[in-house]
Amino acid sequence: MSETLRATGKAGARLPNMGHGIDRERPVEFTFDGRTYAGFAGDTLASALMANGVRLMGRSFKYHRPRGVLTCGSEEPNALMQIGPKGAAEPNQRATMQEVYPGLRAESQNRWPSLEADLLSVNDALAPFLGAGFYYKTFMWPKAFWERVYEPFIRRAAGLGALPAGHDETPYEKPFAHCDLLVIGGGPAGMSAALAAAKAGADVILAEEQSALGGRLLLDGGEVEGLPAHDWAADMAARLAAHPKVRVMTRTAVTGAYDGGVFGALERVTRHLGDAPKGAPAEAFWRITARASVLAAGAIERPIAFPGNDRPGILMAGALRGYMNRWGVAPGKSIAIYGRGAEALATARQVQAAGLKVAALITTGPAPEGAGGFPVFAEAQVVGTRGRKSLRQVTVLSGGAKHEVIADTLAMSGGWNPSVHLTCHMGARPVWRADIAGFVPAEGSVPDMQVAGACGGRYDTQGCLEAGRAAALAALGREVPSVSEGNNVHDEPEWRSTDWVVPGKGRAWLDFQNDVTVKDVQLAARENLSSVEHMKRYTTQGMAPDQGKNSNIGALTVLAEATGRSISGTGTTTYRPPFVPVPIGAMGAGARGKGFAPERFTTSDGPSRERAAPMVEAGLWYRPSYFPRAGEATWREACVREVRMVRSAVGVCDVSTLGKIDIQGPDAGAFLDFVYANLFSSLKEGRVRYGLMLREDGHVMDDGTTARLGPNHYLMTTTTAAAGAVMKHLDFAAQVLQPNMDVSAISVTEQWAQFAVAGPEARALLRTITDTPVEDADLPYMGCCDAVIGGVAGRIFRISFSGELAYEVAVPARYGASLFRLLLAQAEGLGGGAYGMEALNVLRVEKGFITHAEIHGRVTAYDIGMGRMVSAKKDCIGKAMSQRPGLLDPARPRLVGLRLSEPMGKMLGGAHLFEAGAEARRVNSQGYLTSQAYSPELDAHLALGFLTRGPERIGEVIRVVDHMRGVETMAEVTAPVALDPEGERLRG
Amino acid sequence: MRITCPLCGARDLREFSVTGSAALLNRPEEGAELPEWDDYLHNRDNPAGPSDELWYHSGGCGAWLVVRRDTTSHAVLDVRLASEQKT
Repeated sequence: MSETLRATGKAGARLPNMGHGIDRERPVEFTFDGRTYAGFAGDTLASALMANGVRLMGRSFKYHRPRGVLTCGSEEPNALMQIGPKGAAEPNQRATMQEVYPGLRAESQNRWPSLEADLLSVNDALAPFLGAGFYYKTFMWPKAFWERVYEPFIRRAAGLGALPAGHDETPYEKPFAHCDLLVIGGGPAGMSAALAAAKAGADVILAEEQSALGGRLLLDGGEVEGLPAHDWAADMAARLAAHPKVRVMTRTAVTGAYDGGVFGALERVTRHLGDAPKGAPAEAFWRITARASVLAAGAIERPIAFPGNDRPGILMAGALRGYMNRWGVAPGKSIAIYGRGAEALATARQVQAAGLKVAALITTGPAPEGAGGFPVFAEAQVVGTRGRKSLRQVTVLSGGAKHEVIADTLAMSGGWNPSVHLTCHMGARPVWRADIAGFVPAEGSVPDMQVAGACGGRYDTQGCLEAGRAAALAALGREVPSVSEGNNVHDEPEWRSTDWVVPGKGRAWLDFQNDVTVKDVQLAARENLSSVEHMKRYTTQGMAPDQGKNSNIGALTVLAEATGRSISGTGTTTYRPPFVPVPIGAMGAGARGKGFAPERFTTSDGPSRERAAPMVEAGLWYRPSYFPRAGEATWREACVREVRMVRSAVGVCDVSTLGKIDIQGPDAGAFLDFVYANLFSSLKEGRVRYGLMLREDGHVMDDGTTARLGPNHYLMTTTTAAAGAVMKHLDFAAQVLQPNMDVSAISVTEQWAQFAVAGPEARALLRTITDTPVEDADLPYMGCCDAVIGGVAGRIFRISFSGELAYEVAVPARYGASLFRLLLAQAEGLGGGAYGMEALNVLRVEKGFITHAEIHGRVTAYDIGMGRMVSAKKDCIGKAMSQRPGLLDPARPRLVGLRLSEPMGKMLGGAHLFEAGAEARRVNSQGYLTSQAYSPELDAHLALGFLTRGPERIGEVIRVVDHMRGVETMAEVTAPVALDPEGERLRG
Repeated sequence: MRITCPLCGARDLREFSVTGSAALLNRPEEGAELPEWDDYLHNRDNPAGPSDELWYHSGGCGAWLVVRRDTTSHAVLDVRLASEQKT
């Protein structure tokens, strides 16, 4: 015993012959509110604090009442703490679930300045004014106070604990698992189910939220098959752990049941360790897919609502047994037991056997047979308690008289509520069983799920073992053994609601966490919030982390009585996932920072960054914005230089991000005719054509060029932005609309690196890298050919997005970086170089070429001046709907060029167009600007936009107003093409 | 939710994207009147119960699927290749 004294620092708090779950050889030091305490390996924070005589562990949410531990599980409403290193402590951690480790740091919450002296406990004295709906009724007038006064005040008072101020650097994991059978809960029913399923050959996952298998066998004492229950459980756990078909996942709470046999589960991977391996996740949020499942989640003990039932020292009877048996903790010296029937008597006997004083056995029914050796109050109720920060005295009403019982601990039990939560996640409602006074899952609540043990209303150990086995075999579709009619200690006649709600005055808590009392629920009923869902929202009962685990049945019992209905007629609120709180960080594991979206890099990414090119995002891709040179102060200077370089010499630009789709098959031509507005079957081999793609509703979907590489072989290009959407669209067209066409399409975007070589010197450059003839006679404008480029088989396309003589050179992606370097070296020798997105944009605006700035999803072929491209010779996607009268209205805003009369600074797309004399108001808007660029070639500020009757208004001067940025200018309406309208350059 | 792709087997919902009613299979013939096109593109039943939907196995084989799904329970009743729905 001397060793125990040193370790706990407090004599008498540990029970010498109990506590199978702790290792007295391994003391563990931790701090709570700055003070150092000692516990043992195997302790929870709650058990270790209790062993140190600490009772006060938290303050209630609203009234700041002193609170101690109520339970020993994840349903704990009171002992919520901030746990972890300073600055990164997690709020609202349950002390009952947190295992102690050396150096653990815990702080109490919802108190100021300290847990012992909390100034906001003044709220408790003001309680008569703070009933349900107080905030709704009070903070209404004056309206001007809503934001400035009321909200800051309420926010300061609201919330439990504090989130770390910085980024959450906690490592989380998001793993997946698959199995034949998921067993939820590792008590007797769950262990039995897992073993039976494994023996039947199934792959089993057994998930248990506690740190060890055993469930109530670890807490209640007693024997199973001649062994102490916890030893039997340990043997069984060892058998399961050794079984090759079983994966045991302790510290893993199944949080939700979803469609198709998918479950969420939160595993505390290293939360119980002080020295977690570096990079190991604190928690992992599992997605478990199971062919079938067994719910063996057990039951949660029901508190009794009696006046003053929230004082530190009042806890659940099952928790009392647990603290004694598993952790060897005596919660107090003089213990009163308040409950019903044989189980209450068994609790008293255990207290006695532990050498503690039974202050009284208070039963709601007749005196149990064999009770003796301590005062027994039969047909009794607790009607009051005393003690500010710790229970001192209990007032018992029995036989019409009040009796005062001196006790520092009161263990209560109002029966058990089966943990039906997961069976309700897919919309089912539980059903009331009067014989056990509890809701049990409705048949077939979750597809392929069987319910076993206490969560199905079967409470005796033997029955749980049998039910677990039967449920597992039923879930696997095997022959199901019969389950005996066992001796069920809870299955006693004549449960009455007064067993868990004591009638009378005084504040009796239902929801300890949210400070909801019987009166609050009665008030809700009086104010006609008589639906259980309305009552819940009005009183906040069962909200927040509690989720009705402790309070639901008590609250709806009170509501049922207040509204004159039955419990089953009142029903429960909806149980929703998650069963236990899941950190957002765990749900989004891996999606922090760059993990949020994948990054796609072109083969020229390295060489581009070497040249200090700032990269811009284009969808998931990164593309160079421009390639700065010494002496250039702004992006604009670099951009102007690059544009001039292309117009006067040669420029190189990576265009690999454009979608490339390889289309083959005897019907490839017919298929392209179907997906493009214009005709492609007539395209000759070795030629390229611009194609316009419509959606079925007649609007433009995408554009690009498609080359015919062989008789049955085409290569389509798409815009960068729409590459994925077009691939999906082609799959749709081929599989859904034209399944009889013999054609295949596959994306080859990432297989090819492709570079534009543009400018008067483009041909001279190409001659230096390939022997393939590229003269006008060999490869005319809109021609294409196979080529050998630097010794590598590739392709050359004579297409241009700049209006210059231009080629696009394609090689397999693995040669991309090398080709880019080679092209740049050659270009620089010719007075050229690389150009980026900014220059590319200027070049195309000068030529009136459209991008998705123009084809933004609401424009038609007619709007962009390509109405005639919709071929009359054939059907195509979007053809019929593109002919709707409204889409051919000349008054529609249609594509025009604009020459802005003065530099517009930051003016970008989105500015509106008005008649020269018109007021710049929405109703007068005649269109909008989509793209803008400064053309060094023309020394003009050019733009593209859509203007009502645009093509009919060439030469008109209009007003351009950007309300967002507060700028405006006048502009002359022009044709979209500003430079080289005849296209002489690109045919050169 | 799980969908059993006829080509790939049972896969997680995250591999698929839904487009909507399988009514899109029945594209009007060339020359159909606009009201027929309106029906095809825009007008949809909103059934409580079994419903045929088009899903795309975008994170898998690229197959378009006709998934028969019960809108009241989310149960997947049947999955077929869209390309085999027409004769």
